[in-house]
Amino acid sequence: MKYLERRVIHAVLLLVGVSVLCFLFSDLAPGSFFDEMKLNPQISAETVAALRSQYGLDQPLPVRYGRWVKSAVRGDWGYSLAYHSPVRSLLLVRARNTLLLTALATLLAWLIAIPVGVWIASRSGKWEDRLTLAGTSVLLSVPELVVTLGLLYWVVRTHVLPAGGMISVGFDELGLWGKFRDLAAHLAIPVGVLVLAGLPVLLRHVRASMVEVLKSPFMQAARGHGIGRFRLLFRYALPAAANPLISLLGLSVAGLLSGSLLVEVIMGWPGLGPLLLEASVSRDIYVVVGAVMASTFFMILGSFLADVMLVVIDPRVRVE
Amino acid sequence: MSKRYVQRSPFSRKKFVIDALIDVDLEIAPKCMTALVGESGCGKSTLASCLVMLERPDRGGIWFEGNEVSRCDAAELAVLRPRLQMVFQDSAGALNPRFTAGQIVAEPLEIQGGESAKNLRSRAGELMEEVGLSADWIDRRPLEFSGGQRQRLAIARAIALKPAFLVLDESLSGLDLSTQAQILNLLLDLKTVHSLTYLLISHDLSLVGQIAEFVAVMHQGRIVEQGTRQEIFGQPQHAHTRDLLNSCRVMESAFHTAGGRS
Repeated sequence: MKYLERRVIHAVLLLVGVSVLCFLFSDLAPGSFFDEMKLNPQISAETVAALRSQYGLDQPLPVRYGRWVKSAVRGDWGYSLAYHSPVRSLLLVRARNTLLLTALATLLAWLIAIPVGVWIASRSGKWEDRLTLAGTSVLLSVPELVVTLGLLYWVVRTHVLPAGGMISVGFDELGLWGKFRDLAAHLAIPVGVLVLAGLPVLLRHVRASMVEVLKSPFMQAARGHGIGRFRLLFRYALPAAANPLISLLGLSVAGLLSGSLLVEVIMGWPGLGPLLLEASVSRDIYVVVGAVMASTFFMILGSFLADVMLVVIDPRVRVE
Repeated sequence: MSKRYVQRSPFSRKKFVIDALIDVDLEIAPKCMTALVGESGCGKSTLASCLVMLERPDRGGIWFEGNEVSRCDAAELAVLRPRLQMVFQDSAGALNPRFTAGQIVAEPLEIQGGESAKNLRSRAGELMEEVGLSADWIDRRPLEFSGGQRQRLAIARAIALKPAFLVLDESLSGLDLSTQAQILNLLLDLKTVHSLTYLLISHDLSLVGQIAEFVAVMHQGRIVEQGTRQEIFGQPQHAHTRDLLNSCRVMESAFHTAGGRS
């Protein structure tokens, strides 16, 4: 329990630190949200100044930070200058869309990586292993962007899947099954790209830690006792190889909000990616700060989850 | 029998070929202790792996109690495996660090199946007592034991299935002398009680000279000489055997001189 308290306090301190840095850096960047208005001859300089003071942008940095903290504690997380709404409600909808995409992709990537990684580790050095490793090398070296554009090109030519967006026009009139199918069709390409991008790293890690464990004498001993192949791999070797994989799983969770920004922008997925891009370009700083804070939160959550799972899975950690 | 390892490089056509075992012909007398000696890398451990069917020889065969082990399919092997067991050199690596002592000792019984969890635990306790460990330690993990105690655990695991043939792959190396002597006595006791056949793989000639009944000498993948202990130590025929024995004597005399000076 003590440990848990310490972790929570640590996490809060980290969030405060990140928010301070976030404010500092966004203040260092030149320009502000209303700068574009200054170029518009129809808007007078007085109006711009009035707007600035109305939103409190004319105040010094510590005052702005203090106001933001107040609003964050209230649960609004600041106010979006472009959308004229509290940041929280804006982020929640977008984060939900992003999570739908990334959680599905992460789950799929792990579901593929574990059995395939275990299998090629057991065939280490054979042609299946080398073929898979060569495949992961290719996937690793091709940028996500190229994969996405390639798939998009194929979709535009063949029209088998919708080329972007999250739902079709007339989504609301569809039945439950129709809605599900429509969403799945829109998900296919972005999820596919994310799986292809994440899979090689996972696969190589699973393989590497399994190969390491399979070489150890206690695995030889188990084979000598006549253990079955499936049981050896999944009941004996996989738990022994799990520690580095759990840390990797923590990283997967940490990347849930931030891992798909590029793909979302290209595919027109209404997630955090396009929102963050627009907000950064237009200096809608509270949205940027809010999105960064949400990513940080997931980062902390991911490493915390990994630590808890480590305690659950590895008895040695419990003893210590 | 022979065993060849081939390693291909992904970037060239060159192959690295290692002939680990070349026309090895070794007969192991039942219920005796046979020692296999030779320098590092001469193929002792490969031979051991082949004997307990962790590897298959490329040519030739292995016979055990009238069966040709190297030709057995999976089902026949499953029956034979409990009869052929091995104790490894590195006791820390040979025991799954996540298991408790009880789980480790009961592991072969569990793999072979057919026993309830409660029986497994009591059997594990009995086996631990048999190798001189307290059954109270059943819930400890390998890292909480000393090197000698871990080797006892490994032995308990190896005899759990009541094997007929036990390969001791450098099982006594890496232990201090008094622990070595204790483990050795344990092994000799178990040999009488269970009428076990041992193959002791070692580079420690003075140890082999004390306890082995038969000795085989390996050199670069070949068995160059085999015979009773008296034959090998009394009248070594092969040049390599003489080298081994001489180097052993040189070491001993150097040790004595150094000891005398200080």
